[in-house]
Amino acid sequence: MRKFFTLAEMKKSLLMAVWFIFLTFPIMVVRVNPIYKVVEWRWQNLVLVGVSAFFLSFLWRYFLAYKKPAPAKSPLETSARKGKLSELQRHPAARRAGIFLAATLAVAFPYIFSTYQVNIMTTALIYVVLGLGLNIVVGLAGLLDLGYVAFYAVGAYSYALLNFHFGLSFWVCLPIGAAMAALFGIILGFPVLRLRGDYLAIVTLGFGEIIRLVLENWNEFSKGPSGIAGIPRPGIVGVEMSLNTSSIFLYFLMIGLALLTILVVTRLRNSRIGRAWIALREDEIACQAMGVDKTKTKLTAFALGATWAGMGGVIFAAKTTFINPASFTFLESAIILSIVVLGGMGSIIGVIASAFILILLPEYLRAFSEYRMLIFGAVLVIMMVFRPQGLISNVRQTYRFKGLQEENKEGDIK
Amino acid sequence: MMGRVNVSKSLKKWYLVTATAIAAVLLTLPAASFAAKNAKPIKIGVPGAHTGDLASYGLPTVKATELVIKAKNEAGGINGQMIQLLTEDDACKPEMAVNAATKLVTSGAQAIIGHICSGATNAALGVYKDAKLVVISPSATNPPLTQSGDNPNFFRTIASDDAQARLQVDFALDKLGVKKVAVIHDKGDYGKGLAEFAKTFLEASPGVTVTIFEGVTPGAVDYSAVVQKIKQSKAEAVIFGGYHPEASKIVTQMRRRGMKIPFISDDGVKDDTFIKVAGKYAEGVYATGPKDTSTNPLTIKAIADHKQFYGEDPGAFFLNAYAAAQAMVNAIEKAGSTDYDKLIHALRNEAVETPLGNIKFDEKGDAIGIGFSIYQVQKGVYVEME
Amino acid sequence: MEYFLELFLGGLTRGSIYALIALGYTMVYGIIELINFAHGEIYMIGAFTALIVASVLNIMGFGPITILILAMVLAVVYSCAYGFTMEKIAYKPLRHSTRLAPLISAIGMSIFFQNYVLLAQTSDFLPFPSLLPELEFLEPYAFIIRSSEVFIILTTLVVMVLLTLLIKFTRIGKAMRATAQDRTMAMLVGVDVNRVISTTFIIGSSMAAIGGVLIASHIGQINFYIGFIAGIKAFTAAVLGGIGSIPGAVLGSLVLGWTESFATGYISSDYEDVFAFGFLVLILIFRPAGLLGKTTTQKV
Repeated sequence: MRKFFTLAEMKKSLLMAVWFIFLTFPIMVVRVNPIYKVVEWRWQNLVLVGVSAFFLSFLWRYFLAYKKPAPAKSPLETSARKGKLSELQRHPAARRAGIFLAATLAVAFPYIFSTYQVNIMTTALIYVVLGLGLNIVVGLAGLLDLGYVAFYAVGAYSYALLNFHFGLSFWVCLPIGAAMAALFGIILGFPVLRLRGDYLAIVTLGFGEIIRLVLENWNEFSKGPSGIAGIPRPGIVGVEMSLNTSSIFLYFLMIGLALLTILVVTRLRNSRIGRAWIALREDEIACQAMGVDKTKTKLTAFALGATWAGMGGVIFAAKTTFINPASFTFLESAIILSIVVLGGMGSIIGVIASAFILILLPEYLRAFSEYRMLIFGAVLVIMMVFRPQGLISNVRQTYRFKGLQEENKEGDIK
Repeated sequence: MMGRVNVSKSLKKWYLVTATAIAAVLLTLPAASFAAKNAKPIKIGVPGAHTGDLASYGLPTVKATELVIKAKNEAGGINGQMIQLLTEDDACKPEMAVNAATKLVTSGAQAIIGHICSGATNAALGVYKDAKLVVISPSATNPPLTQSGDNPNFFRTIASDDAQARLQVDFALDKLGVKKVAVIHDKGDYGKGLAEFAKTFLEASPGVTVTIFEGVTPGAVDYSAVVQKIKQSKAEAVIFGGYHPEASKIVTQMRRRGMKIPFISDDGVKDDTFIKVAGKYAEGVYATGPKDTSTNPLTIKAIADHKQFYGEDPGAFFLNAYAAAQAMVNAIEKAGSTDYDKLIHALRNEAVETPLGNIKFDEKGDAIGIGFSIYQVQKGVYVEME
Repeated sequence: MEYFLELFLGGLTRGSIYALIALGYTMVYGIIELINFAHGEIYMIGAFTALIVASVLNIMGFGPITILILAMVLAVVYSCAYGFTMEKIAYKPLRHSTRLAPLISAIGMSIFFQNYVLLAQTSDFLPFPSLLPELEFLEPYAFIIRSSEVFIILTTLVVMVLLTLLIKFTRIGKAMRATAQDRTMAMLVGVDVNRVISTTFIIGSSMAAIGGVLIASHIGQINFYIGFIAGIKAFTAAVLGGIGSIPGAVLGSLVLGWTESFATGYISSDYEDVFAFGFLVLILIFRPAGLLGKTTTQKV
């Protein structure tokens, strides 16, 4: 490892500090009010930028050098170089203990903490489901979807509208919302079948915007930007629930849905279709050559990914009791995508962890709420630079052939 | 920050301070708990947009409530009980508003002044209704909030959008005498809602046609196509629902293209920033806004207090929030408690002097005695029209 | 007919605005196949720098020509500096990463820059002085086309021609094309790939800055969010024209501008963006590589 406090390094940092002082000068130091023709000079910011750039550039180079020895070249290599966390993940005893601890905590949570805490935990769980759903599309199938929030909106509006017009209950709408979202997933899937990477990204982004714009403009259908109010919270027939109990009920419902999602996504990942997705992600042409039906594989990825967003949307509508198109902007898609990437694409535990971090952290850091999005942006960049494989990288299923040693005897390894 | 060297020294000091503090608390505890029993504070929650790009609409409400509460507490509180303020940020987002509302309810708020945006208010009202809390919003103008009858616990100290649209339409038809009107909005919650009322009212008037009814995309690089369309439609006036950035872009493009027809807008545009941004093109633009009460002594006092306390001029909805807080405090005082039914009864029946005039609330929850006027930009300032 | 002409000109202006931003997108994509989501933010920073410089100079009492030149030059300088730094921080360490990593990094950069300007400056809309001189001879036709629109259209044209020449005939242009074709091979024959990529970012950013100043001065107001909205549209335009192709970016922008303008004029502005995105999807279904994009045959 190099030394970091040599004169040459100091000089480098000093240069960085000067560069950043120059760079941020007009925006950070000068503030003009063209209306009143006043200029405000904030020299203290100059010092702040200089000093922080000086020290941060040390850290930056240190970590970059630290990362260098083992550059992640391909996903295969990344998974070969397992982190400690993913190592733990495979340890059966640690795994069981972890699951037990999480389960106890999850059950006890609403009885220890206030309704408010239960509420934000429910929100975080919704994002866990959304993250896992998008994980199918982006993480497993490798299709970059920038309009995932559209399916979330479809789910939310399915419940809100069906309830508003026909009085359908939450329990009826949950599967309907999921089905509607899946249908929209297929509708989106068809035209984009031929598109590659970045073209796909912009079309999905456009699709997300189209859904939002239609909801915003088509008043007769969706009541426009003023939204739909008075959506009932879920209940059990004949049981009157107070706000408190209904929040707890929703919380457990969400725990259930999250568990179901985890179960289904895990099973899917190791299934025939799951392997087809992963193969598609790694190499489309090789995948086709192996006889995988590309159309079917892509469409199922879109449809199955969207299903979870639809269910998440139904629960979101039930939880807030009011929805309007403003909740379904591109930023929301970006946040869900960040959850997937930050957690480690394809890694289920990683996605769960990052959903909790990205959603709960801002709630608890309300004091920093002004800087929330700034930190959020910076975290995305820093994560990508230093840990592009995500918090907890995906552990590829590996198989050891028991018969390998006896290969000579058997003469057949397949 | 302490240096590393003095850690042990400062630690010792710390112990001493803590010990003294504990002793002091233990000694005064019986007295304190006795006092607290008599004067358990009344907690008033103030949720709204306190961060993000809409913070400038939310923060003045916090300040207004602070001022009212401070004055009341200095005068001995409500029947001897002090009032305490709980603020919570909702960033004007429905999902965050629900979280903020539950947080307020769980931390024991007994009355609410807020939410700022209609969408957020709508989402949060369910939580308050379940918890039996009375809510007064200074700025949520969406008509169904009161008119739907779903929210018996909701009151507001601002006129609803339909009242504003009515005024705009009446002004355009009666004072300006136009027969063909183009209605434009910004596709937003507030702007589109308002524009739709304007359209309905226009269509209901005999001999009047709405030439076009269209939304512009906020933030788009250029509005020339819409402006051409207004021109093509031969409209004699434009009614715009939305905020000032879009309004100034449209007005500027219209005037530069030589269209001199009247431009009538709402209180999202009745903002000095509009005049500064649109410059000479703002001249002659009409906008509705709350009635001018700047000569009311209570208004003068509220603004002076704000200047003295915060060192600047108050922001958006300050007076509405001030009136809301006064109405709430007055109602709690008259009701003798924060009991839900008594409080609602008091709000409906006990009038109170506020900077907006002498107000009480009707059955639906709208304030009686609060109105809108039409203003026009004349020589760079908004002037109230007769 | 007059109405048609007006809409046509409106669409032309709009398209030219998109084109100025789309050119930067398409250049970066052409070289390193990265959707630089933060490109719109560079445009916004350029506009803000120009506003700050212009206001300070205005208060100090400089003349309009000096202000225009200095504001333009400094906006370009600063945008280039931001583009250059952004590449070094957020993209260079990710050269050998998976394809998604730089994209996420770009989204992060975009969010970061928006909030940086929001916190360091303001969330309000600020009036942008009209820096461009009004052309006398156009005054009688001002109801059809304005001077600033003429400036924007001409600048787009000039920039497009210069860029094409740069890429076709200069040394660096050749190096760029080589890098775009095969980075490893280019490196082997002695092209300094890092320098080429940095230059690409600098050229792209300077165009964004020029666009920022012209467009802000045409619209007359800015805030921290303008880059995002314009950026998404410019990106759409670049993809529509075939991302990576310079004439494609301009053609895509114009087509997008006209689509929006005519959709507003003859149908409704409510669904302006729906038409824009819908049109994009249609084009991509029939020409998956965009209007002028080359359909690359994948080799195994």
